[in-house]
Amino acid sequence: MSSFLLRGVRPLGGDPVDLLLSDGRIADVGVVGSVAGAHTVDADGLIALPGLVDLHTHLREPGREDAETVETGTQAAALGGFTAVHAMANTSPVADTAGVVEQVWRLGQQYGHADVRPVGAVTVGIAGEQLAELGAMADCPAGVRVFSDDGHCVSDAVLMRRALEYVKAFDGVIAQHAQEPRLTEGAQMNEGEMSAMLGLGGWPAVAEEAIIARDCLLAAHVGSRLHVCHVSTAGSVELIRWAKSKGWDVTAEVTPHHLLLTDDLVSSYDPIYKVNPPLRTAADVEALRAGLADGTIDAVATDHAPHPDEAKDCEWAAAAMGMLGLQTALSVVQQVMVDTGLMSWADVADRMSTRPARIGRVDGHGRGLEVGAPANVTLVDPSTTWTVDPHALASKSSNTPYRRMTLPGSVYATFLRGNATVLDGKLA
Amino acid sequence: MKRHLLSAADLSRDEALLILDTAEELARLADRPIKKLPTLRGRTVVNLFYEDSTRTRTSFEAAAKRLSADVINFSAKGSSVSKGESLKDTALTLEAMGTDAVVVRHSASGAPHRLATSGWIRGSVVNAGDGTHEHPTQALLDAFTMRRRLGSFDGRRVTIVGDILHSRVARSNVRLLHTLGAQVTLVAPPTLLPVGVQTWPCAVSYDLDAEVAKSDVVMMLRVQHERMNAAFFPSAREYSRRYGLDGRRFAAMPEHAIVMHPGPMNRGMEITAEVADSPRSTIVEQVTNGVSVRMAVLYLLLSGSESAIGSIEGESA
Repeated sequence: MSSFLLRGVRPLGGDPVDLLLSDGRIADVGVVGSVAGAHTVDADGLIALPGLVDLHTHLREPGREDAETVETGTQAAALGGFTAVHAMANTSPVADTAGVVEQVWRLGQQYGHADVRPVGAVTVGIAGEQLAELGAMADCPAGVRVFSDDGHCVSDAVLMRRALEYVKAFDGVIAQHAQEPRLTEGAQMNEGEMSAMLGLGGWPAVAEEAIIARDCLLAAHVGSRLHVCHVSTAGSVELIRWAKSKGWDVTAEVTPHHLLLTDDLVSSYDPIYKVNPPLRTAADVEALRAGLADGTIDAVATDHAPHPDEAKDCEWAAAAMGMLGLQTALSVVQQVMVDTGLMSWADVADRMSTRPARIGRVDGHGRGLEVGAPANVTLVDPSTTWTVDPHALASKSSNTPYRRMTLPGSVYATFLRGNATVLDGKLA
Repeated sequence: MKRHLLSAADLSRDEALLILDTAEELARLADRPIKKLPTLRGRTVVNLFYEDSTRTRTSFEAAAKRLSADVINFSAKGSSVSKGESLKDTALTLEAMGTDAVVVRHSASGAPHRLATSGWIRGSVVNAGDGTHEHPTQALLDAFTMRRRLGSFDGRRVTIVGDILHSRVARSNVRLLHTLGAQVTLVAPPTLLPVGVQTWPCAVSYDLDAEVAKSDVVMMLRVQHERMNAAFFPSAREYSRRYGLDGRRFAAMPEHAIVMHPGPMNRGMEITAEVADSPRSTIVEQVTNGVSVRMAVLYLLLSGSESAIGSIEGESA
């Protein structure tokens, strides 16, 4: 196992120190002399964060390997500074059995670009009718702790209650895709001025908020953990703030694109902006930023959703929903949260590593940069900018809404248990 | 004139008036024994219809043929589209055939916009109705009909009644009539009005009786049958009573006021037969005017912005 001596790095943006990574752990922090055999990295000006953890990644394998594979998805993750990702369950076949989640987990181990934590489906086939074998998925080597029918909402209140109760047996969490199905029939974009003008089916904020309100009450009633996926409205932020004020065990995530992009982009009818939940208004974006800054929203999650070109190179109604996110997440967060003064780099570490690791119960990740901690480390150069070239991304797909945009900051290096997965901005 | 006609909102007042004036000139062709001009000879116009619409398709076909264009009718049914071909591949095929203009009707809002802006084709795109978005040539023919009957638009009150939520005709009419100086009021049950309608350049009312007496135009929209059982309103009977144009409401309209409907009508539902067939109903006239307006649009998109009358006079000389 190689050793790395990071010279003059700034942990969480603080004062420069040397950081020695050795035997998979952080071996020394401070003024470190020369270390025989260690690969020295001139990290002057670079910021060290604990390796990023994504709660919401679509790796598409098994079933849609034309869009993404565990190999390419985790390469994109490493290049984006992530050391662990949660692979969503809406694959084909659905990850609703121990066999499928174990397959995904083993593929992650095989490629080694990032730890892959499979998310198990809540219901069989994510059909919302019968609980999947949650315990079997929890007990298998993949050790599933996050369960979600993402892409679909567990809309049946009784089923949701039972799922919340059941996963308490193995400290699991239900990650809900909050979307009331009847209120979003035919929905194509955020309901409001733009949908009225463009003639696209409206996706009302209340369809998300009604489910969040119900689920917070259910989670409190049964004393379980609830995690709300990709919060997108100001009202949702208020509901989560209210649930937390009650002391309930409710957490939430927001995507980078919901922190930056607004529904007026849909006027181009370009399906690159079609996503679930939809892009919302500027007022929603402002509330999401404020909620993330004050900790109401616990985590930034990418909802990395690769699609092949033909799924986006078509008319709006026919297009698939989703956009890439792994390689651009940190830059977007720097742009909208750090460079605006809303959050510090320590806050970024908290929302993109510490808290997501805690929510997902991901051992060895999300720890502080102290001696003895696992050497999962991301080095960021905040002073650079880069222009997004969709075809230069590691993902098999190119559906990024940031194409041709210039974003701040770049990932210089990523270390997974002391091994470089990315060095000098390239896969190691 | 712009290269495409995608939305009534894209038209300035001058552009809209140019189309109406050109249509007025071209309408004179109907009085001639040979109803044909050589203006678009050698040009190819494709009617690309992903939705059934005999009325609109034949109107565009007649318009293009009267200008001597070669017309290809491409219907999604029974075509490569029913075999799964994408809009992009269909567009690339049309481009390879040297198409000069594509008249597109599509169930997806924004499909013509996508066709025009994605780089798939180089020719002009005319929106012949897209989803619940727009139907700009319908609004132009409605405006043409109003101007013929009422003169100018300034200060005229137009009341549009019915399923505004799903109506591309209403969206286009609100935008165009506002541009032309008319005052538009939308009347519908709240369930059939889009969220955000407050920001449109028009008034909104739930009370048809309060509006008819002060309207110069009452435009009735078709209530689609699938709405009747989808909780948008309790029953067809209640809808008809509250929002139908019957003899009593017709009698309350000013004497000069006209009744319009883009068709096809549900007689007895949104409009009674006596109103639909009255001399103040322009429903058949709208169809006739549709050909002239679509001729004007094709002429201006494909031939430049000079007056159409030159071609007519040149032809007769």
